[in-house]
Order: sequence, then structure tokens, then C-alpha cells
Amino acid sequence: MSTEDNTVDAGGSHHDDESSHGDIHAPGKAREAFRQVTKDVAWVAEAPKPHKLWLALFGIAVVLTMIGVYCIYVLVTTGIGVWGNSNTVCWAWDITNFVWWIGIGHAGTLISAVLFLTRQSWRTSINRAAEAMTIFAVMCAGLFPLLHTGRPWLAWWMIPHPNDMGMWPQFRSPLMWDVFAVTTYATTSILFWFMGLVPDLATFRDRCSARGQHLRAAIYGVVSLGWRGSARQWHRYERAYLILAGLSTPLVFSVHSVVSFDFATSQLPGWHTTIFPPYFVAGAIFSGFAMVLTLMLPARHIFNLKHIIKQNHIHAMCKILLATGMMVGLAYATEFFIAWYSGNIYEKFAFINRAFGPFWWSYFAMIGCNVLIPQFFWFKKVRENPVLVFILCIFVNIGMWFERFVIIATSLARSYLPGQWSYYSPTRYDVGLFVGTIGLFFTLFLLFFRFLPVIAMSEVKGVMPEAHAGKRH
Amino acid sequence: MSNADKHDHHDHDADEPQALPADGDLHGLLAEYDTPGELVEAARKVRDAGFTEFDCYSPFPVHGIDEAMGIKRTILPVLIFGGGFTGLILGLLLQWWTNAFNWPWNISGKPTWSIPANIPIGFETTILLSVFTTFFGMWTLNKLPQVWHPLFRNERFNRVTDDGFFLGIEAKDRRFDAETTTKLLSDAGAIGIDKIHLDPDPAKKVMPKWIFAVIAATTALALIPFAIAAKARNSKSSEPHIHIFADMDFQPKYKSDVAMDEFADSRANRGNIEGTVSRNPASLKADEAFYYGLEDDPTPAPEGAPVATGPAKRWITGFPKAVDADQRLMDRGKQRFEIYCTPCHGYDGRGAGTVPNRVAQGGGLWQAQNLVDPGKKLITIPNGQLFNTISNGAATMPGYAGQIPHRDRWAIVLYVRALQRAQNASLDDVPADQKGSIR
Repeated sequence: MSTEDNTVDAGGSHHDDESSHGDIHAPGKAREAFRQVTKDVAWVAEAPKPHKLWLALFGIAVVLTMIGVYCIYVLVTTGIGVWGNSNTVCWAWDITNFVWWIGIGHAGTLISAVLFLTRQSWRTSINRAAEAMTIFAVMCAGLFPLLHTGRPWLAWWMIPHPNDMGMWPQFRSPLMWDVFAVTTYATTSILFWFMGLVPDLATFRDRCSARGQHLRAAIYGVVSLGWRGSARQWHRYERAYLILAGLSTPLVFSVHSVVSFDFATSQLPGWHTTIFPPYFVAGAIFSGFAMVLTLMLPARHIFNLKHIIKQNHIHAMCKILLATGMMVGLAYATEFFIAWYSGNIYEKFAFINRAFGPFWWSYFAMIGCNVLIPQFFWFKKVRENPVLVFILCIFVNIGMWFERFVIIATSLARSYLPGQWSYYSPTRYDVGLFVGTIGLFFTLFLLFFRFLPVIAMSEVKGVMPEAHAGKRH
Repeated sequence: MSNADKHDHHDHDADEPQALPADGDLHGLLAEYDTPGELVEAARKVRDAGFTEFDCYSPFPVHGIDEAMGIKRTILPVLIFGGGFTGLILGLLLQWWTNAFNWPWNISGKPTWSIPANIPIGFETTILLSVFTTFFGMWTLNKLPQVWHPLFRNERFNRVTDDGFFLGIEAKDRRFDAETTTKLLSDAGAIGIDKIHLDPDPAKKVMPKWIFAVIAATTALALIPFAIAAKARNSKSSEPHIHIFADMDFQPKYKSDVAMDEFADSRANRGNIEGTVSRNPASLKADEAFYYGLEDDPTPAPEGAPVATGPAKRWITGFPKAVDADQRLMDRGKQRFEIYCTPCHGYDGRGAGTVPNRVAQGGGLWQAQNLVDPGKKLITIPNGQLFNTISNGAATMPGYAGQIPHRDRWAIVLYVRALQRAQNASLDDVPADQKGSIR
């Protein structure tokens, strides 16, 4: 799983500081270190009573989810007229939220796949949670286009199947590409995540059966498929893991490219640009890493995982934020340059309107949060202050939401015909549904923290120096 | 760390030999090693001794163990390539067959089959089938799920997912011998060796029957909706469809030749609600004189007035209050008349326009109306009626309401009146100071 060189800074035992690496070959030492990792991770799910803060957050998350459920009920029984969408601004918060959530999900895949392929062993401390984040974010994202169809119970029409209407999906439409890309992405993410979970679920199974918790042991036993850590099984497992990482990497780039095609293949000034695919992917990574930090910084504090999710991991993620933040900044600048350089008056108008039109406030919120705020990550002092990093990441999350809103709403509100121009303001059901998906996301994430191994124990053990104990060189 | 310690009740001493439950046949031997490195070395020794039915067990994939055990590279990548290739072909075939062959569908004149537009979905189906092959192929090759295994009967083996490194040799290996094999494992540095026995109860050797029963029952239940759908598709019924969601199939709306029962008077066409205020006063056309050339008539209504109900109306004789009959209106009327009216009625209004001339040249009999002939009633009808004729037409003349705005129609009325006056004037009509210029 890793080369000899990068095992030194890998996440792992909390003994790193106390014991020198020479000791790892002493009898029992390596096993003690592995046992410690299991304990440190498993206690989060094994604590008989949930943490008070967990309970409080879970309560809030469930209440927010219920708000979302109510908004969906009103929406489905009434129609999408309850949203602020109009003939002119026909895509608004719904698609903004869809793209925002999908983008957040991408960091999970990036951490689990791209960082795996590039042998960044620090990823093992966060990949499990990041993958969970991906799945929950994609679930929230999928809700929006589904509800925007107006009659979500007919969404199965998008699946190509012979039917008495004699109807096939229109495969030359980017919206159909979206359906295929997002469902493939969701499926792959879930399978990848589950595959990674199996060895750790087996750990939970064995710990439960050792303590005589037979029901829990049986449940974990069934979901861990009877995993017994056989070397012949590990061999195929590792192959499959590597290949899944290899498949997920182009997939994650394709998904956000296809999402950007929804806009780029239209002829609306402000949408019709070839820069969109790379620009959207950079933005997705940017927002996703911000969300990973938003989630993991409090979790690291509450569940005492500071020796597994180390400071240098936070440094690395802040640097990724800085880099991708500047990439989106460059994209914003390029869009303006092209608007001027193309000499196209509609394009020029679209961008002047974007910055100085009726939605100027959202444009400058975007620039402030996405371009200016990440500049703080240049400073080591900032990167070392978890509270500050957390706050800055919240701003990035907000900024990336505004980016999608700016692209969607400002372009639609001022298209070619002045007679069509209008302004968009959300209704309470727009806001309620968005809040509801945030609640759903956190509900699922907190449940994940309570019942599943939050850190990939087998992977962390595999990159520890002790994994090479007893080797004769 | 205090938290972690407090919640951990799980502590083993690996050196203590463990008592096994009541034994069935011998499955094999299980030896535990202290470090991953020692496990690799032990695996190498066992392999060198010629064993084939053995396996190593560890909490994470141990580096170098594949080579030590002599594990051959898995065939999985080849299967995945096959899966991915199938996905690509199926994805492209699906798009071609549905959109270009079975139902060619013209979208903005784009080609029904063009590779660029079909790449994204072809790519996604490639990935999807590759992923399915990877995931399901890996579990299938690993013979998982297999929840029951003799090794799980050993308590020490519990730690294989925590901190235990084990090597197991199965009794079915032809080189297996309980004593010499134990010695081999022990010489390789085992910190504990256990005999693994099968469960004496034959029912517990394999997966319990009730699990199969549950799986079979669930499968059967899952098929019921499909069975109902199949039955419905292949039988006839006079009952209406089941509408789980009514969608827009039953709307309270007007249908021709059907009473509108939603309203007490059964009429679908509703008037303005009381207190309705128009956003644009002009759209109400409340100024009847200006828009229709009509006014309230204290005497009986003239024939042909367009308003069928309400108070009686008559044509106005002057001009509506909204129009000032001044020189500007006259100039406008002349200009509009020369654009719209002269082709038939001629510049002087005598009906000698280019159109009737052309008709006459062709031998036709149609003539345009002479607007200024004193013998015709056009010269005596009220202004309102003249306005109405311009708006709605008369005989072969079409209405010009669609082309000429109201004010311009009044301007034309004014100009026509001027033409009529000029064409039928006597010397008395000439102002006194200009009479001298007339010869």
C-alpha cells in the first residue's frame, strides 16, 4: 500500500513521539501499536452513550431535516410554483444547490482515489470520512434535479427502457449525460466506500463478539461479508482497490465536466464558454476540501483523533485550498478577459452585468470568499490555528455556493431579450429545502460517526512504520 | 487517551493457549506470529516445505507476503477490462439504437448519431461496468460473502482484524501431519499454535437453512409487483387505470360541449371580478367615442351598431374629445391616407387608384368606392360610421384596425372630410380675400 519512504510521516500510533522507531522490532511492540489504533478509532462507535455534543448536533440536524421534508411535501403536493423560479430564472436555488453539493462530494473521491494513486499516505487519516461525505453530498445533490422535474415520481422515465409510450431518452442532451454521470458516480462512490469499510467492519464484528454483544456482532458480521483478512483475499482486494481508485479518478473529472456541460452547451451568454469543465472541477475540489476541513476539524477535536489526523494533514489540505482557490480566481479573471477579448457584445454585457448588475452583491460575495479569503492560508500561523481554518473554510463553502448562484441566476436574469429580464428572489420553500439538505447531510454524517469506523483502521495500520516490523533487510 | 482506554474491554494475552469448543473433524492448524515480518518469513518456510493449502491472515495487507506465499497475480484486471469494454459497446449501442435507429429523433437538425454527443454516456457506461466488474468480481473471486468459517470458532482468531498475524494450514493438504506441521510452524517463530476443528454439529458446518428460506421468501415477495404489472399488461379491464399520482389527468377545466360544473351558472367564460382595475386603461377601451366612434343614444339605437346589449348607441358626428381636429391631425391624415387609401381610392378620393385602374386594364369590373361623390351616402354618414368603416371594412374593403392605430384612423376621417368638402365646394366657400385668385 505504500513505499518504505513515505511510511515515516504516515498517520498512526500515538507513540510516535515517545518511542523511537528502533523499538518497533521488539517483541509485542508492533502489535501493541496496532491495538492502539484499533482502540483509538473504535471507541468512537463503541462508547455506550453518545457524546453530549453529538446528541445536540444530531438533534439540530434532525430538526433541519424535518424542515426539508415539510418543504418537499409542500412542493410535491403543490408544484414547483412554490419556489421563486420563474419563466426567466428557470434554474435557481435548486440547480445552485445541486452543483454545490456535487462539488463538495468530489473532494471525497479525490482524497480516496487521486491521493491514493499519488501515494499520499496522509490521506488514510481522512479518506473514510471524506468518502462518506461524498456519498451523503451526492444524495443531497440528487434530490434537487429530481424535485425540479416537478413530478419526481416519473423520474424513472430517464432510465432507458422499452415502454408503451414508445419513448426513449434524448441522449444528445447534456441533461441525460448528467443523469448517467451522477448515477455512475453515486454507484461507484458507494461501492468504493463499502469495499473500504469491509475490513474495518470485520474489526467491529470481532470486537463485539469478544465482548459478547452477539446481536451487534451478527449485524457487523453480515455487512462485513465474513471477511477474515486472508492474504489471498487481501491480494485481490488491493488490486480491486487500486483499480477502483484508477476508475474513480477520471470519473470524478468527468462528472463535474458533465455538470458544467449543462451550462456550457447552452447558448446563454455567461454559460456558453469552453472554460467551464476545468473551472468547475477546480471549484469542486476547492469546495470539497473546505467541507472536509469543516467536518473533520470539529470531529478531530470531539473524538480526540489529533494523533491520527495530524497537523501536517491540515497543512496539506490548506495548501490545496490555496491552490484551487487561486485556480478559480484565475478562471473568474479569464472569463472577464475573454468577454472583452472576444468582442462579443452579449458576452461583454453578461459579465459587466454579473459584477455591476442587480446581483452585484452575490458576485462580490463570491470574489471575497473564494479569491481573497484563501489568501490567508499563505500564513503558517493561520494554518496552525484550527479555529481560524474552520472559520475560513465556512467562508469558502459560502463563496462556492455563491459562485454557482452567480453563474446561474445572473446569466438567466439578463439574457438576450430585455423583455424577458427579471429578478430572482427565493421563497421560504427554497430556503427550507436547502436547509433541509444540510440537515440531512449532517444527520447521515453523525450517524456514520456513531455506528461505523470513521477512520480506515486497516489502511492506517498498513502505512505505519510498525507494518514493517520484524522484517529482515 | 483516557477516553479510549476507558471504553476498551478487549484485552488479550496472546501467549496463553486457548481451549477449543467440542471438536468435530480437524480443519487445520492456526499459528500466530508477533510481527508482520515474522509472518512473511513463516509463510516463506511453509511454502518452501511444499504446502499449498495454507493462508496468512492479517489486519492489513502485509508487504511482501504475496511473493513469500507464491500468490499468483489475480486475473481480476483482465475481467475488468472485459467489463469496461462491454460497457463502452453497450453504452454506444444503446444510444445508437434508441436515438438513431429505433426512433430517429430530429433535435434542431443535429445528426441523430454523432460520436461527440455520445461520448459522455459511452464513457460513463464504461466506468460503470468496470466498477461493477471490479466490485463483484473481487468478492466472487474471494469467495465472499462467507459468514461461516471454521476459523471463526477460534477465539484467538478474533484478533486477526485488530493486531493478530496468523498462518493457517489446512488438514486437507497432502503434506499435512499434525505433529511435524506443528513443529514447522513453531520453528518459524509462532507465539501460539491452535488446532482448528470443524463444528461437530453437521447443521452448523454450512450456512443455516433458514437464511436460504429468508432469501427465497424476499426474492418471491420482490417479484410480486412485477407479476401484478405483467398480469395487468396481458389482461383486459373496464376499470380505469390506477392513478397513484393524478398528475394532470383530471383537471377542473373547460371542455367543448360539456357544462362547466365548477361554476353555478355552468359558464366557463368568466367576466371580470368586481373591483377589477385595469393595469393599462387603454386596454379597457372605455372611451367609446375614440375606440368605436360611438356615443350613448337617447333615441332608439341605429341598426348595425356593434354593441348588442346595454344602453342604446349611435355614431358620433364630430370628433372624439381625445382627438384635436387641428392642422397637425390633417397633415397626419393626408400622409396616412396617401399610404393606405390611395392605392384604391386615388389621391383625390374619386376611386381612381392604381388598383382599380389595373383591374380595368385587365377587363375587370370591380371599382373602388368614390369617396367624394355628392350622390353617395358616404358624404352624409356620421364621422363615427366612417371611422367604423375604416376599422372594420365594408363590402370588398378589408378592415384596417390591425394596421392603422385609432388616432391615425381619426386623422384619415378628418382628411376624407376635407377631400369631400374640397371636391364639392362652390365659389362661396372660398375665403373672401382669396376669391380674386380664382379665375
